[in-house]
Amino acid sequence: MEGYESHIYLGEVNGGTMFKKKYVTVITLLLVAAFALAGCGGGGGEKKDAAQDAASDVIKIGVYEPLTGTNAAGGEMTVEGIKLANQLFPEVLGKKVELVIVDNKSEKQEAANAVERLVSKDKVNVIIGSYGSSLSMAGGPIAKDAGIPVIGCSPTNPAVTLGNDYYFRVCFIDPFQGTVMANYAFDKLGAKKAAIIQDVQQDYSVGLNNYFEKSFKKLAGEDAIVAKVNYNTGDKDFSSQLTAIKDKKPDVIFAPGNFTESGILVEKARELGITCPILGGDTWESEEFLNRVKNTKDVYFSTHFDSTQPVTEMSKKFKEEYEKAYAGKQVNAFGALGFDSYILALDAMKKANSADPKAIRDALAGTKDFEGATGLITLDTNGDATKTAIIKKVADGNFVYEGKVDPK
Amino acid sequence: MELYLQTLANGISLGSLYALIAIGYTMVYGILRLINFAHADLLMVAGYIAFYGIMVFALPWWFSFLIAIALTALLGVSIEKIAYRPLRNAPRISVLISAIGVSFLLENLGIVAIGARPKSFPRPEELVWNIKLGDISFLSLTVIIPIVTLLLLVAVTYMVNKTKTGTAMRAVSRDFETASLMAVDVNKVVSTTFLVGSSLAAVGGILYSLQYPQIDPLMGVFPGLKCFIAAVMGGIGSIPGAMLGGFILGMGEVFLVAFMPELSGYRDAFAFVILIFILLFKPTGILGENVVEKV
Repeated sequence: MEGYESHIYLGEVNGGTMFKKKYVTVITLLLVAAFALAGCGGGGGEKKDAAQDAASDVIKIGVYEPLTGTNAAGGEMTVEGIKLANQLFPEVLGKKVELVIVDNKSEKQEAANAVERLVSKDKVNVIIGSYGSSLSMAGGPIAKDAGIPVIGCSPTNPAVTLGNDYYFRVCFIDPFQGTVMANYAFDKLGAKKAAIIQDVQQDYSVGLNNYFEKSFKKLAGEDAIVAKVNYNTGDKDFSSQLTAIKDKKPDVIFAPGNFTESGILVEKARELGITCPILGGDTWESEEFLNRVKNTKDVYFSTHFDSTQPVTEMSKKFKEEYEKAYAGKQVNAFGALGFDSYILALDAMKKANSADPKAIRDALAGTKDFEGATGLITLDTNGDATKTAIIKKVADGNFVYEGKVDPK
Repeated sequence: MELYLQTLANGISLGSLYALIAIGYTMVYGILRLINFAHADLLMVAGYIAFYGIMVFALPWWFSFLIAIALTALLGVSIEKIAYRPLRNAPRISVLISAIGVSFLLENLGIVAIGARPKSFPRPEELVWNIKLGDISFLSLTVIIPIVTLLLLVAVTYMVNKTKTGTAMRAVSRDFETASLMAVDVNKVVSTTFLVGSSLAAVGGILYSLQYPQIDPLMGVFPGLKCFIAAVMGGIGSIPGAMLGGFILGMGEVFLVAFMPELSGYRDAFAFVILIFILLFKPTGILGENVVEKV
């Protein structure tokens, strides 16, 4: 009965007054919107002034990292390193350094939003981030347009810095990592046939695989890659991919990807009776991955840092301070890279003797033999670091140092 | 041959998981004409209860699983009472939106309360071990999952077709009002349906967590979607249809990836493609009845 009445009511009003009412509503809404916009504009202007005032005593470093979602563990380790560096070196140019940390939720769109927020709302002088190549690629163009320099901690895909004068990084890149693992498989493990498993949604995984494939074919012949299978981020069932690979009997499997999926994948491979060595990249260095593969053998990956083999004075300092600040946690490569990104940013400001983003960018571009926790960092014309890679393996329930490969 | 057998084993195990979860969708749809989107998230809830039971309260695994099933079933019944029952006479779309709301609520509660970082699900040694047959190697779960599914399917089919409650269910699914005029307690029948459906979802969720031992608050979303597809494919509202749909989907996916590895990135798309084809040729699904909508 109620519904019926309301129908009648609407019908009557529609005849005349409703039209006017609608009109009034629309105009009111427009007015409200206009005021709101004006308010925003005014507010924005005030904020800008405030930011400039504040700029006299505070330097802001923006951080965008995945703190939730599939890459959360990687982001968390990196942020720990950044915070540690901030505690040790809280000031530069006589001003306090303030960290503005934003979660990019492991999603490309959110990464773009995070950078947008850092450059337009927080007005940071320099940005650090992000774990994950895809996320960094999403954020890169926005920082470039705003003219704010970014230091990547661990995005290893070449495209991150390519064509972007404002993106730098303290880690080595995929061609190097893929080539190192191909050489390792061929020379040290004696592999003649390799299979590739890639996460088609991750630029990181696809990139590493491409360079591995190229190098391995050069070493072992055109037919050396016996299988190439795909999966998607978030997949949990790898049994059919692995069954297909098992049928091809490879000597080695190269399967770089997110530690979440890779952990399940490696465990499943062993369950299915695949005993050959499984190789991956730097993302595998995480507790989550280790917990899954603890009891397996012959799992190798390349990484940036090893706490048992300190390469510089800064490595020792980082290790000591990290153990003090985060008792019970493993000293890891991502923390070290986050640490390095921060001290490199400070170094650039010191060199430029300014916190102006453009001046910081120019100083960063000239980085040579900078002493970081992960080794000596020299940035090339693309803004990529030329560095030593470290190979680790899983043994006795832990990651163990296996060897290192210097850049040519 | 070895590849074929191993793939077959993988397919049966995935297919029976799908079938188990798909039945929950189909039963609720059959009775209320409602697609219960929250069903998928019950998998997650069951996974987490079992996880906390074992890891935090140190309960024996079987006891923890039983508690997970009981609590999840209770949650399923409460969801119906709180979110669907008050809307029973509202337009069908409102109930559907309410179901989506409950689903989002559960997922985000999970993210806020537990955190988005995936947790490692414990695998009891008595339940999970490696079996080797010649060159084929597989987990005991590959055998356990189909057996559990089969037993539950037989039990549900028996209940629906041979018991008094089942008869009431079928009556209610035919005609709500007539059934209530015949002194069938409709509310009780609906609650029972949710009880059974949610228990199956809980068992499915636990088996899923054992098979893919990494649980997170959004873990139910994709299997839920796939099982919904399986239910529609088999003919939504039909229990044998849901089983058939589940098996077709599971087998299809696994065989596609194993024999055409270059297409393996498209495994999820595959499910939707079969769905479209089946609906094009048989809009009611494979075993769906052609019921004329009452005007």
